[in-house]
Amino acid sequence: VVIYAAGSGDVSDLTAPSSIDLRSVSLLDSDHSLAQVSLFDSVVSEMARNGGVAWMRTTEKIGGYDLSTSDTEEVHVLAVDDSLVDRKVIERLLRISSCKVTAVDSGRRALQYLGLDEEIQKKETNGFDGLKVDLIITDYCMPGMTGYELLKKVKESSAFREIPVVIMSSENVIARIDRCLEEGAEDFIVKPVKLSDVKRIIDYTTTELREGEQREGARAKRRGINKRKQREGDDDLSSSPPSTLSSSTSSSPSSSIQSATAPSSPSTLDSPTRRLKMTSSE
Amino acid sequence: MDFVNQLQRKFIDYSSSLHREGIVDDQFTQLRKLEDENSPHFVMEVASLFFEDCEKLINNMAIALEQKQGVDFKQIEECIHQLKGSSSSIGAMRVKNACIAFRSFSGAQNREGCLRCLQQLSHEYSLLKNKLQTLFRVSVASRCLYVCLVIFCRGNEHAEPFPDVLVFQLEKQIVAAGGSIPRVH
Repeated sequence: VVIYAAGSGDVSDLTAPSSIDLRSVSLLDSDHSLAQVSLFDSVVSEMARNGGVAWMRTTEKIGGYDLSTSDTEEVHVLAVDDSLVDRKVIERLLRISSCKVTAVDSGRRALQYLGLDEEIQKKETNGFDGLKVDLIITDYCMPGMTGYELLKKVKESSAFREIPVVIMSSENVIARIDRCLEEGAEDFIVKPVKLSDVKRIIDYTTTELREGEQREGARAKRRGINKRKQREGDDDLSSSPPSTLSSSTSSSPSSSIQSATAPSSPSTLDSPTRRLKMTSSE
Repeated sequence: MDFVNQLQRKFIDYSSSLHREGIVDDQFTQLRKLEDENSPHFVMEVASLFFEDCEKLINNMAIALEQKQGVDFKQIEECIHQLKGSSSSIGAMRVKNACIAFRSFSGAQNREGCLRCLQQLSHEYSLLKNKLQTLFRVSVASRCLYVCLVIFCRGNEHAEPFPDVLVFQLEKQIVAAGGSIPRVH
């Protein structure tokens, strides 16, 4: 495995955190987009282990990019489950599916997380994504607030009702499933959750996001705003991996559909989830 | 390298026996598939969390069933529900089935029945824990051995195939370090 920082050019610069955009780490052997994400996680967790956590929390912006931001190529999932075992499993399933994961142990905490998100979004006037959530996966049976109640609260809020919510339950009760779907749940997974369940959900979410982005792109074109020109004039530390990664031409990767000026990689880039989709269909 | 193959064979056989005996089911296999170079101990980590969870819940239920003034069956059902959920997520089939049986007795508020079920549940849990810990030890041992062999061979690129005498020494060291090389019947 060779790590090189795209855009900095000078390998000796690796000691200076501000010159590395960790999202542009690439592997010379780039068969699997999965590996790219895992490497990022490994680097981050290694830094955390060496006391890097405090550093990351206080200086979360590196080269102008917030490391805790959801990567515009990755689906950011908020997973809610009171069981520690289940949280660990769902987290792994999602990571392996190239998602960013935030796992919380209650509906209350999930709402707090989203509430926090809203405040950050208001502050980000340059249109930069805060901790934007693309999908919520929640257990049904939880003490305090059930998954159903969380679902209702999310769908009642004007800010978050667009976020798809998936319910997980160990009980395969038709009435329960119907009630959740009626309330606006995207899908219902019977536990134990398998990788195929997660992949299906993520595929669906990625398609939805990309279609949203296409609609947004079409609208932007009509307004005469060329987003790409704007982005190319931006900071040198772009988030696009070098072109050695094999990618077929594709439309813009899944990214935020909310802000018109959301920075997003140029169109030659394949989102990891898209590559995963293509690999699995080969 | 033949010894490593043997060890890996034993690992596979042992793992198959766990499935045959119903100790673990397909969900366990699914979790093993989620391991990779960056997360090589995922199943072991989840299993450890499960063991802690299990012990805590079994303990709580034992205490609840001991209450002279009246058993709180609601609490017991809550514990069973949690245990059933996590055992299902990890693929611990016999523990899960023991929970299902337990549930009907607690629903009927049958204290004697519940005590028997709790005993059965504890038994299944102990069995699972022993078997999984053995499995993990073999897995770790064979990986260590493999790494040692790789390092050794890399250092002796023109050497003969790995001599048996050193293999046996390595095996002894693994056992001395608390690992085990199971003898499959």
